Amino acid sequence: MLLVCPHLPFKVEKVFFFVFCIFPLVQNSWEHLHFPMMFCENVKLLDRYTNRKPANGTLYLTATHLIYVDASAEVRKETWILHHHIASVEKLPLTTSGCPLLIHCKNFRVAHFVIGHERDCHEVYTSLLKLSQPVKPEELYAFSYNPKMPKDSREIGWKLIDLKVDYQRMGIPNDFWEITDANKDYEVCNTYPPEIVVPKAANKATVLGSAKFRSRGRIPVLSYLYKENNAAICRCSQPLSGFSARCLEDEQMLQAIRQANPGSPFMYVVDTRPKLNAMANRAAGKGYENEDNYDNIHFKFIGIENIHVMRSSLQKLLEVCETKSPSMSDFLTGLENSGWLRHIKAVMDAGVFLAKAVKEEKASVLVHCSDGWDRTAQVCSLASLLLDPFYRTFKGLMVLIEKEWIAMGHKFSHRCGHLDGDLKEVSPVFTQFTECVWQLMQQFPCAFEFNERFLLEIHDHVYSCQFGNFLGTCYREREALKIFEKTHSLWPFLLQKKQEFRNPLYKGFTAYKELKPNTLPFSFQFWCGMYNRFDKGMHPKQCVLDHLLNCMSQKMKLEDNATDLENKLPFLDDPLPNEVCFLSKIVNASVESSKTPMLNTPQDYESEPPALLTNGTIVEEVDIMPDQYRKNKENFANHHDLPDLNSTMEVIESDAKKEKLQHQ
Amino acid sequence: MEFAELIKTPRADNVVLHRPFYPAVEGTLCLTGHHLILSSRRQDNAEELWLLHSNIDSIEKRFVGSLGTIIIKCKDLRIIQLDIPGMEECLNIASSIEALSTLDSVTLMYPFFYRPMFEVVEDGWHSFLPEREFELLSSVTNEWRLSYVNKEFSVCPSYPPAVTVPKSIDDEALRRVATFRHGGRFPVLSYYHKKNGMVMMRSSQPLTGTNGRRCKEDSALINATLRAGKRGYIIDTGGGFEQEVQYPQYNILQESLIKLVEACNDQSHNMDRWLSKLEASNWLTHIKEILTAACLAAQCIDREGASVLVHGTEGTDSTLQITSLAQIILDPRCRTIRGFEALVEREWLQAGHPFQLRCAQSAYSNSKQKWESPVFFLFLDCVWQILRQFPCSFEFNEHFLIMLFEHAYASQFGTFLGNNESERYKLKLSQKTMSLWSWVNQPEELSKFKNPLFEANSLVIWPSVAPQSLQLWEGVFLRWNRSSKFLDEAYEEMNNIIEYNKELQAKVNALRRQLAELETDDGMQESS
Repeated sequence: MLLVCPHLPFKVEKVFFFVFCIFPLVQNSWEHLHFPMMFCENVKLLDRYTNRKPANGTLYLTATHLIYVDASAEVRKETWILHHHIASVEKLPLTTSGCPLLIHCKNFRVAHFVIGHERDCHEVYTSLLKLSQPVKPEELYAFSYNPKMPKDSREIGWKLIDLKVDYQRMGIPNDFWEITDANKDYEVCNTYPPEIVVPKAANKATVLGSAKFRSRGRIPVLSYLYKENNAAICRCSQPLSGFSARCLEDEQMLQAIRQANPGSPFMYVVDTRPKLNAMANRAAGKGYENEDNYDNIHFKFIGIENIHVMRSSLQKLLEVCETKSPSMSDFLTGLENSGWLRHIKAVMDAGVFLAKAVKEEKASVLVHCSDGWDRTAQVCSLASLLLDPFYRTFKGLMVLIEKEWIAMGHKFSHRCGHLDGDLKEVSPVFTQFTECVWQLMQQFPCAFEFNERFLLEIHDHVYSCQFGNFLGTCYREREALKIFEKTHSLWPFLLQKKQEFRNPLYKGFTAYKELKPNTLPFSFQFWCGMYNRFDKGMHPKQCVLDHLLNCMSQKMKLEDNATDLENKLPFLDDPLPNEVCFLSKIVNASVESSKTPMLNTPQDYESEPPALLTNGTIVEEVDIMPDQYRKNKENFANHHDLPDLNSTMEVIESDAKKEKLQHQ
Repeated sequence: MEFAELIKTPRADNVVLHRPFYPAVEGTLCLTGHHLILSSRRQDNAEELWLLHSNIDSIEKRFVGSLGTIIIKCKDLRIIQLDIPGMEECLNIASSIEALSTLDSVTLMYPFFYRPMFEVVEDGWHSFLPEREFELLSSVTNEWRLSYVNKEFSVCPSYPPAVTVPKSIDDEALRRVATFRHGGRFPVLSYYHKKNGMVMMRSSQPLTGTNGRRCKEDSALINATLRAGKRGYIIDTGGGFEQEVQYPQYNILQESLIKLVEACNDQSHNMDRWLSKLEASNWLTHIKEILTAACLAAQCIDREGASVLVHGTEGTDSTLQITSLAQIILDPRCRTIRGFEALVEREWLQAGHPFQLRCAQSAYSNSKQKWESPVFFLFLDCVWQILRQFPCSFEFNEHFLIMLFEHAYASQFGTFLGNNESERYKLKLSQKTMSLWSWVNQPEELSKFKNPLFEANSLVIWPSVAPQSLQLWEGVFLRWNRSSKFLDEAYEEMNNIIEYNKELQAKVNALRRQLAELETDDGMQESS
């Protein structure tokens, strides 16, 4: 049976009562948007990898989600799919059991439904097509998502990440670099944020002149300054050099960057494109820097493929992941032919090259690709992550994404296909960055504060449009969309779930400085947790991460328990089994003389113990706790103390506890 | 001593050693009957290298002027290089190593000379006797008996003296069945599934010949394993892996290993090349096939409630891989350290897997003998794959498996010498050599092999055999090709977290006890 509510999307309030009666679904996950516009019973959900009997249940469509409730399972099982996550909907040829509907999601979920009646299936199909391809930005989830938190918490949420603080951390402003509002009216570049970091030596004329010589005005700006030796990573777009054009201001700009690092006689200019692509661009009046025209630059191509190659590579990879019972040979051949890991390695190699140039050769690097918003963003952010342990913390990764991706105009809206638009603009550029971080986590399991789930959650939200952060293509567009006024920021919500995103093995901020990953091919693994994430049968059946997270929470409980018990015990100095306590001889003697010393010496109980109690507790904890634990504890405490984060979090946490995040 | 003639130059100075992850070091090289030793000139006179000759898989010589270089490739997949000044010295040392690493008499092997530096608390030679295993079985069923029909090794030369067979089949019938089975390997009990009383038997292939010869005792034996009205399955692995006999070229598994190790040692940065070599090696394909077969056998027993007979051609290779892996899936005991040792004893050593032939050479072998084959190695890799998927269900860790891999190929212990129990008896191994288990089962050694995540799990564990779920066993294949520093640190950290919690729990328990004691004392005081 298929019911279609007479009131269609975005006027959901009117169906409130109707829905409430027939739809007890949302009890445990209540939110105003989740009223069904239609539902359809007797829908089967096929499991792709097992021959288990398919689930049988009811499919609901709400304004924001497709919700499937499995009625055949003993435990009520709900599958929530955000409409924005739907990449494609296909109606497959009719079978004896019904009409199959195949849904591919942007987070790599593949849902294979079989709907009893053709007509119902078609109805669901056309509705989903509409719902999954919003045309206008106002239709995006972020504009209707309302976790019912006070206005100021929402505003504070947007202030959680302040890029200026990060530049301060790098020591900017300093003698060589300044934060300018040169772009406040977007007169230099309309895809850059209003404030940019440029060399002090570059005056306004240089900046404006260079902008005219760079594709879309994306002049060289600072991405990261390695404080220890003044070497900088800068980023820009390709020069409009054609076959022979020059620009004095651009040359001055590069010189200014090089001279901002007095320790090095030269700087690298890295074009992340394959040489052939860059050369082809010359015919269109673009291209790359001529070493002869710039003082002391070392020019280098890195050869990362363009967005179209990456899109088709991912497509091939997903086909391999989706193949039903492939042989080992099919899988490995498919993996190779997709080229995916080759591309991941290319991005990683480029990041490693940058980090090495900065750290070991002490040379500054200017990076660009064509427009400087895809490959450049990948490579610069990866290099920062390799060089600076801060970016491997929760807050650091947020800052990094905010700085290198959001602020610098990575076109999330186009690359993720948020709105119905040009499919050729869609490309998994951010996905690749996410994977590079994951690959590093495999090689350095103790170097990151967060775990794999944090990456997956961010990746989900890049596509979910539930939060404003990734809407639009650049700062200017986000301003026009009024995202800061109308939507919520993702970051506070992630911090709120910090406990489940923690990496229990994290050794703290100071354990590792720069990371030098192995980039031989065998160091790269297929990321089953991403591309076959929803095929639980393929994953390890017992999860070490869960086990350790459990340990962490147990540890806190036990520590509280121990303190409680110790407080209850009148004699804390009573030595515990296997523990060394530094007790006074008198107490010791009394312990030896009787099992219940305080009964014999009530006066001691009255007067002495309280003082001993606090001391004793401390001594014991120190004794029992291995050194690295204390270190860990300190580190953890430090992160808690991050001033801006903590104060914000308190406000948000108290409000947000009432709200459950509605998202699967 | 006969080794003296083989050692042409016992000692060379100013030898430079290059090996993975360490800076080159200069020192004095000494050759003894069983070891190659390099001591550096450092203050502490530390030995930088202490290598068993039997661990050497192949050696290569190179000369630049009078400086000779010997590249030693080991059975544990490590590659080291020695730079030896003086062409003659280098040649002498090379030929000595070559001779010492390919001794053809077992009794010259190191286990016969090794004197343990530890006190033997429990003699491993007696830790896993068939009688004890049978006792365990008798506690749950009385349908089986321990037969000594093979006590002179005359019925089946590759079987142990005692085997478990259905009670209703007498020794005379067993003798007749043996003549109907390749190598006399008549069906014997491999595993009894307590949950439903189903069993797994193993044997070699029947000798039906071209005229379809039958043997009524054979049918009776197999029927005796079936419950009334129940079906049974025969899993024939022949033609897959146990095909050495049919195809006298050298073993496909060995070839697979050689290709895989070659791929892992390739330092090229070409991703496509790596993936295509990995694919072409077929190692992971073999892993997937064997695991699939083991799951099938386990499924028949646990899900279908049917008994199973597994056999290949000879019943000494893929048969044992499948029966032992099925037991790891089905039986929680096999996932403990003791239980796994018992499994290796029962299903590999006593079951007559020809270790000496199979493990004579490893991935760098040039000999290409058809009997060399990493059958046991592949089994360990499969166990690692299951361990990776069920990280909390095994009492042992990866190091335990790596240790077994090493000792199967080169060891100071006698456990893996010989090809079957009969040969071990003749060699008097239990008197003349030390058992690996005597060493491993010492508490301080065991602690290295314990999995901190272990929580006894009595369930059947079904591994996924999807290609996405199977991985290259980095701990073995990349061990010498990339640093494991950061992974080791992670393991250490994990261990610390769990240990700390245990200590904390113990502390809380102790405090609780103490408090409870105080309270009862309090109560007693009040009431008195």
